[in-house]
Amino acid sequence: MENHFADMTLTRLFGEHPHAREFFLAIGLSELPEELPLAAAVAALDEELLLDVGVERQDLLRQFCDYMAGMEQLRNQQQAMVASVTVLGGHDKSGNPENFRLELRPGEVTCIVGPTGSGKSRFLADIEWLAQGDSPTGRTVLINGAAPDLARRYAVEQKLVAQLSQNMNFVMDLSAEEFIRLHAESRMVADPAAITATILELANSLAGEQFTPVTPVTALSGGQSRALMIADVACLSSSPIVLIDEIENAGIDRKRALSLLADQDKIVLMATHDPILALMGQQRLIFKNGGVAAIRSTSPAERANLTLFEEMDARLTAVRHALRNGEEIAGGF
Amino acid sequence: MRLITVAGPPSSGKTAIICKTVEALQAVGTSVGVIKFDCLSSGDQVTYERRGIPARTGLSGNLCPDHFYVSNIEECLDWGLQSGFDLLISESAGLCNRCAPHIKDICAVCVIDNLSGVETPRKIGPMLKMADIVVITKGDIVSQAEREVFVHRIRQVNSSAIIIHVNGLTGQGGHELGRLLKDAATVETLQGKLLRFSMPAALCSYCLGQRRIGADFQMGNVKKMELG
Ligand SMILES: Nc1nc2c(ncn2[C@@H]2O[C@H](COP(=O)(O)OP(=O)(O)OP(=O)(O)O)[C@@H](O)[C@H]2O)c(=O)[nH]1
Ligand SMILES: [Mg+2]
Ligand SMILES: [Zn+2]
Ligand SMILES: [Zn+2]
Repeated sequence: MENHFADMTLTRLFGEHPHAREFFLAIGLSELPEELPLAAAVAALDEELLLDVGVERQDLLRQFCDYMAGMEQLRNQQQAMVASVTVLGGHDKSGNPENFRLELRPGEVTCIVGPTGSGKSRFLADIEWLAQGDSPTGRTVLINGAAPDLARRYAVEQKLVAQLSQNMNFVMDLSAEEFIRLHAESRMVADPAAITATILELANSLAGEQFTPVTPVTALSGGQSRALMIADVACLSSSPIVLIDEIENAGIDRKRALSLLADQDKIVLMATHDPILALMGQQRLIFKNGGVAAIRSTSPAERANLTLFEEMDARLTAVRHALRNGEEIAGGF
Repeated sequence: MRLITVAGPPSSGKTAIICKTVEALQAVGTSVGVIKFDCLSSGDQVTYERRGIPARTGLSGNLCPDHFYVSNIEECLDWGLQSGFDLLISESAGLCNRCAPHIKDICAVCVIDNLSGVETPRKIGPMLKMADIVVITKGDIVSQAEREVFVHRIRQVNSSAIIIHVNGLTGQGGHELGRLLKDAATVETLQGKLLRFSMPAALCSYCLGQRRIGADFQMGNVKKMELG
């Protein structure tokens, strides 16, 4: 690998691998003799320049090769498919055994309920860090039914869990289109323009009010932001599991948002106390005292209630709409 | 004893993640002490001591804090050894972006926060480029996309580090960072050890206290910009 790049001229290298140029730009080496082979170009770098940017000449080639290998791995999506995540119970804060075996599969929505401090975050951390009986809860996590390769624990490019919460905001000063494109490029997808268009379209189909590709991400409304985050995570995030911390009931079609994630084969975990969202899941984990106290499948009776709650919700939405239009809130809604 | 050097831009969350990680380490019986290096003042020692973490502060005044750090780290190591810690952590704010406290064969951590912007990894020198572990904080307030782009930008300048997200407020990830720190190499003396990267010779007349502006007053290591 090392020699393979070392003998290529930079012109050819940058031509064949546009992200190779990014590596040197990122380090602060922007003016390189591009007609030279990589090894010779590195050897010709000015000592003072190297001191200024803070890299050692002898490390540069190795770092470059590591970087190229990492990018290649991203491109090939070498992330083996996650067909199931299994959590084996440990114990709660008082040491009482949990006694459960939970299977999470792509396309399924599992809700998480319980007061703050009841152990929801630690549960997520156990999954994220592939607990093997060695976390404070003593839980064990299996991937595709087997104990995972522990090298994966600290491989950030293979992170298992992507997160979406109400406190998250966009902070970058970019338009929606530029923003998604930047994400697509960093994920090394083959056609960043196409996926960007798809994501913007999906986000608009989830958001109550439309936004254009040139809208700055920081100017999006709460609902539009959430819609864009969900469409982006569904299509671009490398993580097979998506953790959602509530989806506020404003400006976004929550049912469609969940089915978008499920359609993209995400394993969806949702911390929520919203009755409609909670009943949209196939099952609920009930947390108490640092442990999973019960696992409840959404029953047919609960599903019937969900329909009822959705009707109530539609009526309240109509009232809100009427309020906004300055109407009198009288008569049948 | 194990020694860990933790560095990162001001307010990136160094103290927050050290506190959370030490909490997890103390829970399994590991004793930890912290040395904080800063320029003018720091409330970090109080923060640590309030949590039952023994701490000391070194203030560099008008010296570069990293230069000050190198001249003092040996004595700090002795303090740690005498106190009988399993782990000694040095916290220093990377102020000049060009110096780094990282020492060869000593576990080097860089803390950088998601809010600082995606261009930041490119602006930080050896403190980030030569770290063994890069801790990213404040992921709780930006989007997943921004977190992923940020990781990518860090990867571009440090292809071999372990990159880990730790939340300085909730402590999520602290347990896992602690596990990494527990595997750090032990050290009994720093005699003869090498810094990972040279610290620049800050030897112009202004370093020496000159205040007047103008070519006549510039001596030593002077570098001029090209304005085209
Ligand atoms: N939201 C959020 N805030 C954080 C996180 N980590 C740290 N903070 C906050 O960021 C601020 C700075 O954190 P510190 O731990 O003091 O940062 P530091 O790097 O030690 O700062 P100096 O020692 O002064 O350079 C504090 O208000 C923390 O509460 C995080 O993960 N999320
Ligand atoms: Mg601090
Ligand atoms: Zn300095
Ligand atoms: Zn000077």
